[in-house]
Amino acid sequence: MNGVASLTIEQVQAGLAARQFSAVELAQSALEFAQAENPKTNAYLHFSPERALAAAERVDKKLAAGENAGPLAGVPLAVKDVIVTKGVRTTCGSRLLEHYIPPYDATAVVRLEQAGAVILGKTNCDEFAMGSSNENSAFGPVRNPVALDRVPGGSSGGSAAAVAQGTAVVALGSDTGGSVRQPASFCGVVGVTPTYGRVSRYGLVAFASSLDHIGPFGRTVRDAALLLETMAGRDECDATSAFAPVPRYTAQLDGEVAGTRIGLPREYFEGLSSESGDRIRRAVALLEKLGCEVRDISLPATKYAVPCYYIIATAEASSNLARYDGVRYTTRANTETLSGMYRATRGQGFGAECKRRIMLGTYVLSHGYYDAYYLKAQKVRALIAEDFRRAFSEVDAIIAPVSPSPAFKIGEKIDDPLEMYLSDIYTITGDLAGIPCMSVPCGRTSEGLPVGMQILTRHFDETGMFRLADAFEKAGGFAGSN
Amino acid sequence: MKITESEVRNVADLANLDLTEQEIARLAKDMDEILTHMDALNELDTSTVEPMAQVLYQSEETATLRADEIIPPLGSEAALANAPLAGAGYYKVPKVIER
Repeated sequence: MNGVASLTIEQVQAGLAARQFSAVELAQSALEFAQAENPKTNAYLHFSPERALAAAERVDKKLAAGENAGPLAGVPLAVKDVIVTKGVRTTCGSRLLEHYIPPYDATAVVRLEQAGAVILGKTNCDEFAMGSSNENSAFGPVRNPVALDRVPGGSSGGSAAAVAQGTAVVALGSDTGGSVRQPASFCGVVGVTPTYGRVSRYGLVAFASSLDHIGPFGRTVRDAALLLETMAGRDECDATSAFAPVPRYTAQLDGEVAGTRIGLPREYFEGLSSESGDRIRRAVALLEKLGCEVRDISLPATKYAVPCYYIIATAEASSNLARYDGVRYTTRANTETLSGMYRATRGQGFGAECKRRIMLGTYVLSHGYYDAYYLKAQKVRALIAEDFRRAFSEVDAIIAPVSPSPAFKIGEKIDDPLEMYLSDIYTITGDLAGIPCMSVPCGRTSEGLPVGMQILTRHFDETGMFRLADAFEKAGGFAGSN
Repeated sequence: MKITESEVRNVADLANLDLTEQEIARLAKDMDEILTHMDALNELDTSTVEPMAQVLYQSEETATLRADEIIPPLGSEAALANAPLAGAGYYKVPKVIER
């Protein structure tokens, strides 16, 4: 089958309806293509052909019976390997879970499969989603399909790479400090972090629970929006999932953005590489042409976001990762004593970045340091959230860069953890405030590297965010950039 | 100097984490640099700010109790399938109590 690498969800639906291909034929050729392409990027850790074909068969049966096969019927989907899939190995990019076969499915996975999605496989990521380059995977780094000597971003690097490479139509990632938006910007695809609580995290292996989100990747705004509206909504299995009704985002992509008030936070444009800044300013000019009103705003607490985030995230991570102690999850170092078993299992199993974060998190929570670090960070978090609340009384959306620079070379920053943390500056604020935010491609640098533009809106205003992104896309904002 | 190698060893103890000498030296350097960067937070006066533990979202419905219906559990066989060592419906670990 030709063109599997560039299909959109709409094209899959049209192809199935016109009987150009069956869901099984599409799944087979998508799997074949993905498996053949994978050595280039290492985007997938493993494939799930049996599960994919079974899902595709169910779609074909429904279609043959004249039934509605769902909004995602037959759509090839890649799932980040921190999201559990029943019977399909889920490693979190860690040696510790190399052989872990989950006994249940994440709610997001269940909802997407019920809507007809076909899971091709599980994508590579930084170990337990900790990283900004995908170099912290125990199973090797992912290479950026746009420039193979560069990182795809992280931690959801495999999912972004799969969608950019065309080995999946859409993908699921997770975002705690930018892990969906930053790889989306590096690979030139759309990546969305919804409002905190919008998508159930049941079955998302926990990193930092007050910050973790599941979010979609797509090659178009519409595809990402469709994925989100299909999986969002209250789930009894996740007490933090929101009750708020889920709008049909895709029904409101009407291009009506004239009069939208857009704020440009001046703190986000200092220290930005000149080319990335130039692409984003051009994007803003296009939005102005569409009738948006643009003004400068200030988010003064921005410069404190990195230390604030790395205190809260590591504190929560040190607690969440305590469960990998050799008792329950497949891997155990054999020693004489129970405490020796805990220590050795963890010492041998975790990679360098996970150890660094466990140590930082344990330190900031430990006796005598709790007030100075953890409590202080929680207060600064309140100031960052307040910045956004104040800004959204004046503007409807905020436009910002996603990353200070485009995709960097593999190995370039791996020996400097602080430098790596600082590159998260523009994405962690959205997670700390819990507001919806996304990256949309807005052009390329002179070297041909994708640049992403970030759109942030009020809590639960994914509708406004998608409408703006879609209008930008349709106005030629990133058409042909891939 | 924010943290010494001996403090790194103490924190590793708290975290139940075996580290090599090389890792301890590296962590002392990395943590020192990162913790120094974190000191920037002290520039902010937060004496009147309430700490934010969780993102609050507004929602009309707040009922978190579901109907009291029996849902089939996972079952111990499925739950134990990933155990490194299990027996008689339990996880097995090295002996902790001497008889």
